[in-house]
Amino acid sequence: MTVHLKQDEPDTSNRLDGMKQGVIGQPISRVEGLAKVTGTAPYAAEYPIEGCVEGVLATATITRGEILKIDKDSVLGMPGVIAVIDDPRLTTRAAQGTANEAPQQSPRTVCYWGQPIALVVAETFEQARDAAKHLAVEYRPHDGAPLSPDAVEPEEQEDETVRQGDLVHAMSEAAHSVDVTFTTKGHASAAMEPHAAIAQWDGDQLTVHASLQMLNYNISELADAIDLPEEKVRLVSRFVGGGFGSKLGVSEETVAAAIAAMQLERPVRVVMSRQQVFQCIMRRSETTQRLRLAADQKGRLTGFGHEALVSNLPGETFAEPVLQSSHFLYAAQNRKLMLEVARIHRMTAGSVRAPGEAVGMPALEGAMDVLAERAGIDPVELRLRNIPKENPEEGLPFSSHKLAECLREGAEAFGWDSGPRKPRQKRKGEWWVGTGMASAARVHNVGEAKARVTLKPDGTALVETDMTDIGTGTYTILAQIAGEMLGLDPENVLVDLGDTRHPRGPGSGGSWGASSSGSAVYVACKALREELADRVGVTETKLDLADGKVAGGHSLAQVLAGEPLAREGHYEPGAIADDFTAAGFGAFFAQVRVNHFTGESRVDRMLGAFGFGRVLNRKTARSQCLGGITWSIGAALTEALEFDPRDGHLVNCDLAEYHVPVHRDVPDLEVIMVEERDPAASPIQAKGIGELGMCGGAAAIGNAIYNACGARLFDYPMTPDRVLACMPD
Amino acid sequence: MGETISVNGTQRSLPDDPRITLLDFLRRDLGLTGSKKGCDHGQCGACTVIVNGIRINSCLTLAAMHEGDSVTTIEGLGTPEDPSPLQRAFVDQDGFQCGYCTPGQICSATAMLEELANDWPSDASNDLEGKIEISGEEIRERMSGNLCRCGAYANIVAAIRDAATETSA
Repeated sequence: MTVHLKQDEPDTSNRLDGMKQGVIGQPISRVEGLAKVTGTAPYAAEYPIEGCVEGVLATATITRGEILKIDKDSVLGMPGVIAVIDDPRLTTRAAQGTANEAPQQSPRTVCYWGQPIALVVAETFEQARDAAKHLAVEYRPHDGAPLSPDAVEPEEQEDETVRQGDLVHAMSEAAHSVDVTFTTKGHASAAMEPHAAIAQWDGDQLTVHASLQMLNYNISELADAIDLPEEKVRLVSRFVGGGFGSKLGVSEETVAAAIAAMQLERPVRVVMSRQQVFQCIMRRSETTQRLRLAADQKGRLTGFGHEALVSNLPGETFAEPVLQSSHFLYAAQNRKLMLEVARIHRMTAGSVRAPGEAVGMPALEGAMDVLAERAGIDPVELRLRNIPKENPEEGLPFSSHKLAECLREGAEAFGWDSGPRKPRQKRKGEWWVGTGMASAARVHNVGEAKARVTLKPDGTALVETDMTDIGTGTYTILAQIAGEMLGLDPENVLVDLGDTRHPRGPGSGGSWGASSSGSAVYVACKALREELADRVGVTETKLDLADGKVAGGHSLAQVLAGEPLAREGHYEPGAIADDFTAAGFGAFFAQVRVNHFTGESRVDRMLGAFGFGRVLNRKTARSQCLGGITWSIGAALTEALEFDPRDGHLVNCDLAEYHVPVHRDVPDLEVIMVEERDPAASPIQAKGIGELGMCGGAAAIGNAIYNACGARLFDYPMTPDRVLACMPD
Repeated sequence: MGETISVNGTQRSLPDDPRITLLDFLRRDLGLTGSKKGCDHGQCGACTVIVNGIRINSCLTLAAMHEGDSVTTIEGLGTPEDPSPLQRAFVDQDGFQCGYCTPGQICSATAMLEELANDWPSDASNDLEGKIEISGEEIRERMSGNLCRCGAYANIVAAIRDAATETSA
């Protein structure tokens, strides 16, 4: 039995607060933790499947052109080689998040260097790898592919454009103004588990173990790519070794494994090399961003301009949504926002953790720091003076808004000095020491989701959904939601995720998993409570369930009378999605030291204060924030994709050359979670968490670099060479 | 039985194909998939195992080079029913998220604590000689070969400190 809730109104009942089990929000340890720390949790490539053969992708060594011939005979005689798959259904790019249809196919047309063109299958991995390297391919290259964003006339993304009032006039009349241009380099998700799939075909049904974030979309993408009815496909992703956007859409190895398994009638495993993950999944676009801020004498914004240039391949709909939070973060009557995309032949640009704000917020918050200095106003105070009462463009109310609380509580906990700020006030040996801060903002998303909850006669419960846990804590928080609603210790709630045979949800992405699938579990549990209440003769709101007992003396097992009881919850955001502007807010504070002679910057301490609705588990939520802050450090100081100007190929395509933060780059971090309930975010009053922690954090570090040493940089990452070039004598 | 290697206390035959890395031998031939392949180039540390007491990247060494060696993988350190102090501390401190780098972090930390106990100096040490005190900076320096993209570093350091305190107490 399915129970449907379409949420048109804010839910202020806060039902989870009225339950008796007392586990919601508690910092319980991950329920799958022991499996992960003992190495017994199976990831996509790790299922022991009898007779499984190995596939390795061959990739293009030209930027743009046609493949004239793939000489299969060049490798078919090599030891162990079984087949060269060059099927026209092979996909050449990963699908964008929520695409729901096959991504680009036609492997004989090359659009970027490193594009997959064929799959070589052999008995062993070593044999397949060797053969893939030796596969002879004849190309007809097309010269003159544009490779740099400034080499082409960009396309305006018209639905992003906002023109209100007269920004130019506001700038000319302003008591204080800023007109600066920031750049950010491309980023890679670089999830630790490379993209991988094992496909099995039994002549009728295709089963694929893959590393994917959004199974309900991925199954459509895969089925569409290989021309198979969706009913004949099953996707399984029980453990996903990180996603960060790179596994939103079905990727090339999954489609290739499926085609190979069906053609060869043998199970086929395909695991991308780290270099392939870098070169043929997704990059975050580089950006160029012009920020214009006009303010009156008191620092109140009268004009706000944010114009950004990003890039992508021809034919891709995704354009890094740089302006996403700029639309509503600060009030200003005169506004101009514009996003343009340049069509170039670098690898596909797509979602990388916090698409948009991850790079838009550091630029905006860097510009705000310049404004604070020019206006002589404390940076925290400047932000407090510009918090709008409603969405300044659409006039919509905010679902909830904790920016002011985050700024104040964060500043206090950090020990923020709100006195006059001048750079170069503190030096220890070779190191200048300074502080900086920035606001955080990230749109809240919620999607339609289904989940089944079954109460078992033994008094335990089973939660089933295709939702994934990519490290976010889904297994644990769904056990807590069900445990709270049904009066069970989360240890007695088994959560079964990542299988398309289960009721479907939107998956993990855009920080929407917890609020979407969590709401579906909530709806299912509420329906179970109604049936239980009926059986014991009380109204549902009066039904007290705790520790497997029903108030009044019955045990849950007795009320179930030996029969399982199941309900499917179907949650759908209704009018709330249109009636409110919903976002998570926060504030970052950082202390940084900068070496006067080398330009090296080190983060000594960092704090984030965040408001994102109900906290479902304080331990896993805090970890999400820690992760985001860690990414902020990478974005501020080290992470940059570098492309060869001659052929557009990604040069630093591994973890030695693309510098993600390592242990020693990350100091002790402090996280403050500002408690709130957001009634319009979801019926569990929770918003997304996973991305907010990196939406502005890089600016807190960049602003601290300026405060420390007086080098004002407008280019992220702020590598030593760049800091030195701006370092005053 | 030809050339053998001891893995978690059990004698195993080494593979015939000399191209097989120690990591692929463990993962595929022995089914010990707790050791992870993150980069296959010795850049991420997810494949860290302990060979004759020393932590190494198992992707950077060929199985054939380890005749007679004794290898401990994550599966040899503890089980869900009987986890090691470090494994338990990682769970308590939430020292992981996706879990993919975790076995490498734990194998690395297990051997690293031995190195600390034996006063091996690091870049973070004040002195090349004498007793090394466990500190956050020592742990961070010594663990910097183990990447965690989820960004669980702060919790990993806390977990290692907890386990170190518990073990030495």
